[in-house]
Amino acid sequence: MTASAATSEPYTTVIGLEVHVQLQTRTKLFCGCSTRFGAAPNTQVCPVCLGLPGSLPVMNRTAFTLALKAALALGCRIAAFTKWDRKNYFYPDLPKGYQISQYDLPFSSDGHLEVTDPKGGFVRNVGIVRVHLEEDAGKSMHDEAAGTADSRIDLNRAGTPLCEIVTQPDLRSPQEARAWLNELKLLLVYLGVSDCNMQEGSLRVDANVNLHIPQPDGRIAKTPIVEIKNMNSFRSVERALAYEAVRQYDEWQATKAELGTTPKQTRGWDDPAGVTRAQRHKEESSDYRYFPDPDLVPVTVDERQLAEVRASMGEPPAVLRGTLAAKWRISPYDADVLVNQGRDIVAYFEDVATRVGEGKVASNWLQQDVLRTLNERGESIDAFPVRPEALADLIGRVQKGEFDTSRGREIFAEMLASGRSVADVVASLGIAVVDDADLVALCRELLAENPKIVADVRGGKEQAAAGLIGQAKKKNPNVNPAKVRQTCLELIRAM
Amino acid sequence: MQPADLSATDIVAAIRQGDLTAVQCVEAFLDRIARLDGSLNAFLHVDRDGALATAAAIDARRKAGRPLGALAGLPVAVKDALCTADLPTTCASRMLAGFRPPYDADTVVRLRAADAVIVGKTNMDEFAMGGSNENSAFGPVRNPWDPARAPGGSSGGSAACVAADMAPVAIGSDTGGSIRQPAGLCGITGLKPTYGRVSRRGLVAFASSLDQIGPMARSAADCALVLETIAGHDPGDSTSLADVVPRYTELLEQPLTGLRIGRVRDHYADGLDPEVRRGVDEAFAVFEAAGATVHDVELPHAKYGVATYYLIAPCEASSNLARYDGAHYGHRAKPGEGHRAESGGRRFESPLVEMYCRSRGEGFGPEVKRRIMLGTYALSAGYYDAYYAKALKVRRLIRQDYLDAFQKVDLIGGPVSATPAFRLGEKTGDPLAMYLVDLYTVATNLAGVGGISFPCGFTKGGLPIGFQLQGPALAEPLLLRAADRFQRLTEWHVRRPERIA
Repeated sequence: MTASAATSEPYTTVIGLEVHVQLQTRTKLFCGCSTRFGAAPNTQVCPVCLGLPGSLPVMNRTAFTLALKAALALGCRIAAFTKWDRKNYFYPDLPKGYQISQYDLPFSSDGHLEVTDPKGGFVRNVGIVRVHLEEDAGKSMHDEAAGTADSRIDLNRAGTPLCEIVTQPDLRSPQEARAWLNELKLLLVYLGVSDCNMQEGSLRVDANVNLHIPQPDGRIAKTPIVEIKNMNSFRSVERALAYEAVRQYDEWQATKAELGTTPKQTRGWDDPAGVTRAQRHKEESSDYRYFPDPDLVPVTVDERQLAEVRASMGEPPAVLRGTLAAKWRISPYDADVLVNQGRDIVAYFEDVATRVGEGKVASNWLQQDVLRTLNERGESIDAFPVRPEALADLIGRVQKGEFDTSRGREIFAEMLASGRSVADVVASLGIAVVDDADLVALCRELLAENPKIVADVRGGKEQAAAGLIGQAKKKNPNVNPAKVRQTCLELIRAM
Repeated sequence: MQPADLSATDIVAAIRQGDLTAVQCVEAFLDRIARLDGSLNAFLHVDRDGALATAAAIDARRKAGRPLGALAGLPVAVKDALCTADLPTTCASRMLAGFRPPYDADTVVRLRAADAVIVGKTNMDEFAMGGSNENSAFGPVRNPWDPARAPGGSSGGSAACVAADMAPVAIGSDTGGSIRQPAGLCGITGLKPTYGRVSRRGLVAFASSLDQIGPMARSAADCALVLETIAGHDPGDSTSLADVVPRYTELLEQPLTGLRIGRVRDHYADGLDPEVRRGVDEAFAVFEAAGATVHDVELPHAKYGVATYYLIAPCEASSNLARYDGAHYGHRAKPGEGHRAESGGRRFESPLVEMYCRSRGEGFGPEVKRRIMLGTYALSAGYYDAYYAKALKVRRLIRQDYLDAFQKVDLIGGPVSATPAFRLGEKTGDPLAMYLVDLYTVATNLAGVGGISFPCGFTKGGLPIGFQLQGPALAEPLLLRAADRFQRLTEWHVRRPERIA
């Protein structure tokens, strides 16, 4: 489904997202326990995150600074005064019986993040209602339905800092939602705020969606808002939203039920089945009895602190795209591709481009050779065997005409396989660089052997010179075809 | 030399000088506990072996000429609301019966570092909720002055054990009067420091914005000695104060000349026992004789103190006590018959909910349940503004009342409670009457300031009458100095219950 197809639908899909990201701190939000993923259950716990009697939380400053970074990058207003609230509910993975969160005075609000379809499909500036900090719960694995099985609880995750980002209902298609999430993830990873690893649960998305359906009388009918949960990838967010839009339209046609006539419904995404299913309304009227946490003191933020955080942020992806395009004279599309690969790729690109002295050729090598290889191997750039100086060396030699691009690719492949330098690979492949005197001698020989071609060229058919290249390669496989052609043409002209 | 006859200050000096060994001292108090506590029930756990071992180690260190802490060899009884890694910590609740925390409360850490000897954990109202100690799941404490009467609460065990010389000093906690009121009813001295002066880390929370740990002893000088050790900033408690801890024991000498003491007219309203009134008036006269002047002051919103307190404290408690759900530690109900089971006509929606409901139903006593329900109700959507939010506003007004009053006077004096010790069972049928035992003490906690209570006389029936002084934030040196001066001029604090002595 494309954006243009979406506009042909008899409704507008209205989407808002609620994103939880785990902050990349070494320790938890209110205690000194490690946040490392994957440790043996209940080994990263202490009296505070276990909620033992008498334990008290102490705020992790680093977590707060990271959250500030995210909020500033999202253009949010930062509250000069913010406080912590308790959200009270009973669940075994919540050992205190309440979650420390932020209720009526979140530390930031009113931001935005724009997403642009590089193919020109859409530009969408998505409003951010609020960003707040809270602690994560533990994990429970249980089989309540059976009524007999034991539940298991791992509290390693309990107390991990989470940033909750709530958008306005500004997104208008599942594709936009996915693209926006990609942009958000890119931004947060650039900032070092989160690794946004969905498999490890460090980024979680819930989506609120309904349809606006224009009526013959000009009125807009709005379907009841549905919250979708259990989406494990951005792809499943897109699929779930696409499914849900169609489902809501079908339901509306059958029931004509509009927003406000039914309680908000929560549906879970069943990825293998490709459907959303209604979840039990167990906490339909849940009352979390929020109140200020008396164990923590309010946090104040001043301009100096904000300036420090801003100074440490670097360019966000949206700005970097423009900077790269202008600085290296590459197309916006190329800049987009590079920036979307993350900060490390951009650094690698800039290193190569600086050494080569040109952006376009570096960008081409990055996109056609480096990124393709990384994709195939599933590797990240920091472990890539061809370092920027080696790639720049290779590109420079191709530019100087020491060998052609296809020979350059062969050398690149060998560098990749062996991790050796350009010079070493050239030597080992028996690629001798043909010097100019040798090349001229070889060309003279060729012209002497091919009077017909010489005559054709002199008669104005320059393309006849192509016939010389194959013969030249037979005489010396290391010659650069372009150079052979050029030298021969010059010699003929001089005759 | 009978250790039980010595002040804490003298005990520490005697041990330091070698006139008394720590073992002799600890043994003497343990013997009194063994002899007396069967009838008083002040202790929930007595650590005879641990205390003697600690004392022996201190004696050995002294013999070897190694340095000793400021409280070396001093026996201390600790309210069972403070976590101790080597002793059960139950808060006098079935919910935590047998619970052993994996860590020591900050106060306990400081006491141990000062080489104090923890002899045991004292009885209390369950989760510190109560003013008579009758809410303990392990039986009430009896008042050493009259075993038919309550010692007050919630730190009733700590008050009674000091009054009966079973420990020279004890640690209590005060959320709405829980140190000062039992100290008053048991004829001892108890200090509730400024909120944040002593770390709350490891104090099992009742109402976090009101809870404060403090010393209970036979004299203000002994309270000063203990406060010097337990006060101070704790990076593990975000609400603890960073202010430097004064040498309280060295600030007692200055006379009271020129000290302005406020008297609150509302304290003399109906319900104040005439004998208590007489004792309080005589105490004011003692202060005047010592060079202080007495001035009438107003705390216009103090009359809303009890109502405000009984919203804020239960609201916080309802959340603080949510963790006792049977899932992780503490009491867990035996598995029922799953979700089909019914209990009291109630169907449970899941085995989990049944486990929660039954564990909490069995683990908590009636007063704790009452306050959890009060707090849960007051925080609920639709009621929050009318109750909790309004209570916070009144709390600010009360705090302002104190700030205004302390522009005019240095300290505020008055009764600790309206009556002397009441009979066990006298108020248990009437929760509201029980809540009024905090009438004169709750406002101190709501304002976050400090207060000290000490004996200022006895009724004709031989029951102690308590006097309370309240001071501005961090005025502990002045509170202690005024109480100490009073005790140099009177002998009420050295009286002992005859039945015990």
